[in-house]
Amino acid sequence: MKAPTQKTPQVTSAGREITFGQAINEALAEEMRRDPTVFIIGEDVAEAGTPFKVLSGLVEEFGRGRVIDSPISEAGIAGLGVGAAMTGMRPVVDIMFGDFVTLTMDQMVNQAAKIHYMSGGKLKVPMVLRTTLGATRRSAAQHSQSLHAWLSHVPGLKVVVPSTPYDAKGLLKTAIRDDNPVVFFEDKMMYQLKGPVPESEYTIPFGVADIKRAGTDITIVATSSMVQVALRAAEVLSESGISAEVIDVRSTVPLDKQTIIESANKTGRAIVVDEGYERYGVTAEIASVIAEGAFYYLDAPVKRMGAMDVPVPFSPVLEDQTVPTPELNDWCFRLARQVPSLRGGTPGADRQIDAPDVVVQAYQRYSVSGLYCIDLERRLQRKVTDNDTLGGRRWDLKLLA
Amino acid sequence: MNSKLKTKNSKLSRSPVAIEREKWLRFYRQMLKIRLFEEQVNQLYLGAKMPGLAHLYIGEEAIAVGVCEALRGDDYITSTHRGHGHCLAKGAAVERMFAELLGKAPGYCRGKGGSMHIADQETGNLGANAIVAGSAGIATGAAMSAKMRGSNQIAVCFFGEGALGQGLLYEVMNMASLWKLPTLFVCENNQYNEYTHYQETTAGDLKARPEAFGIETVSIDGQDVGVVYTTALRLVGQIRQGKGPAFLICDTYRFHGHHVGDINRTYYRSKHEEEEWKSKRDPLVLLVARLKAQKLANDKALAKIEEELRREIEAGVEFALNAPYPDAAEVDQHVYA
Repeated sequence: MKAPTQKTPQVTSAGREITFGQAINEALAEEMRRDPTVFIIGEDVAEAGTPFKVLSGLVEEFGRGRVIDSPISEAGIAGLGVGAAMTGMRPVVDIMFGDFVTLTMDQMVNQAAKIHYMSGGKLKVPMVLRTTLGATRRSAAQHSQSLHAWLSHVPGLKVVVPSTPYDAKGLLKTAIRDDNPVVFFEDKMMYQLKGPVPESEYTIPFGVADIKRAGTDITIVATSSMVQVALRAAEVLSESGISAEVIDVRSTVPLDKQTIIESANKTGRAIVVDEGYERYGVTAEIASVIAEGAFYYLDAPVKRMGAMDVPVPFSPVLEDQTVPTPELNDWCFRLARQVPSLRGGTPGADRQIDAPDVVVQAYQRYSVSGLYCIDLERRLQRKVTDNDTLGGRRWDLKLLA
Repeated sequence: MNSKLKTKNSKLSRSPVAIEREKWLRFYRQMLKIRLFEEQVNQLYLGAKMPGLAHLYIGEEAIAVGVCEALRGDDYITSTHRGHGHCLAKGAAVERMFAELLGKAPGYCRGKGGSMHIADQETGNLGANAIVAGSAGIATGAAMSAKMRGSNQIAVCFFGEGALGQGLLYEVMNMASLWKLPTLFVCENNQYNEYTHYQETTAGDLKARPEAFGIETVSIDGQDVGVVYTTALRLVGQIRQGKGPAFLICDTYRFHGHHVGDINRTYYRSKHEEEEWKSKRDPLVLLVARLKAQKLANDKALAKIEEELRREIEAGVEFALNAPYPDAAEVDQHVYA
């Protein structure tokens, strides 16, 4: 993979804010208007607009010929997508939950990913497979996984993990225009997240990481759902005088190694946060990129935080432990305690910061469960209280109310 | 392709009898081309000149030829690990086929695909596929695309009876039928899922499976190219009219082993059974008998065709053996478009 050269486009006329889900919807609508070969196929994508309501309104504009409700046949619709893409169309295959990509694996891994190569560059597969990732929605083990590492492992696929409405829109438009199979992972907990998205047309290239927050003391490399978490962590750290740089990779394939390495070289400390399983995961890959590229500049081993290596449990008390959020939380706290040594002071001369609980509590407000609360509040049409069964001993609901 | 054009042009001047004769001789030419090609593949394997293995189509030639002769040049096909016959029948060139089998640069996939992945956009071949039933989605997706684009193309999905064990096939048959996609599913029942007789793996009535989806299903003798062609022509015609998919079951037999290295086969099928098929139901022998009986060709005419084909095959092998390997630097080219 060649090092990216394009500069990151910046939000310019950020006059309005829309949700992540609306950004996805807009990207699809704009590309379908622009290119008649783009169509959507998936389960409950038409009138239902998906269970997440992300596609609402598209069937009304484009008709059932281009927003196609399919049987519950993930392998089949992925296969149809591959064949249609090879013969002049640009399908967008909707796989409702990321866990279900396992059902599409032969079509994605053995077919879509390899057809261009196996045909000596003659055939192309310009398809997008949109799916979701992310836990803490209380959906248990088969609707909560983040399996983007699986697809990132396979040459021939591109994998996109946006973290903001702005990025989601620009990257999805790029995905649809790309001549390769692209797997586009959307954090299902983020659909209600609002952010600035310009009215005007833009796209975002793949393989260009975005420095979501500049800093000098530590690099936090994050993906998708964990970018918002990392940004809050950086805010918390700044209260303790630690300047964290947050890098959003935006696509795991292609991966912008250069930006990650440059940041680690600058700060000397790096942590990688991703919601996929930690074992053999995205955090391992990025940590090795940093270890290889910035070894002589590192002051500490690269820390990685992925999801706990357990099936995602149902009970909130259990589930909340599995995402990297609490761990990052604890880690921020520990780091805050080590401010003098981090600043080059005498090791062991760590000071107790004045109110560590404040750090933890402030951080919790912006956790993944915090995002869940926002979603829940929308459904309940009121603030959540500690009577609501959110569970989670780590999450003090009074803070969120 | 050229001979197809000739056939079309000649329709204006030639008598129906001449046209009929030409059609049958073309069946013969195409089937024999596949037979001779595959025999040569076996020789390349035995002579250690071909890397890896290959799955020979010998014995099943009437199906690929009968079906592909009923298609338009721009119709799509998808093929299988036993795909040389389909590729040739759809119009692939012998020399580039051999080059691919030897992993050479002028091969259809620049040596990156090999025997099991030959694809040729020019002739509508969306690729042989080494995953059993792996191309069922691709063929049905191509049919969907053709319908969406209004191109009036159809897509033929070739697969063996082993694919009946794969769930993907049923998912796409369902959608093809629901949405009346122009797909012809061609099941080549060569009796064996690799080394296991299909009756040990396939419950119930084979024909009932596609019929359950409301797909017209026809079961025929796959050794008779005339029957295959006539049936395919009818099904292709109605598919092209928008009447939805059809399913064609062709009974056939794999004269050789599962692959070129499968020499000792007595543990899964008897020599007697093989001899029965080879002596009584060889599609080429049956075709020759018919040509002679109906006085469509004499020994001399057939020998002339065979001679031409042998020269073509020989030249193709020579070309492939002398062709360069791809440059080592090509290894990471074409990973992404």
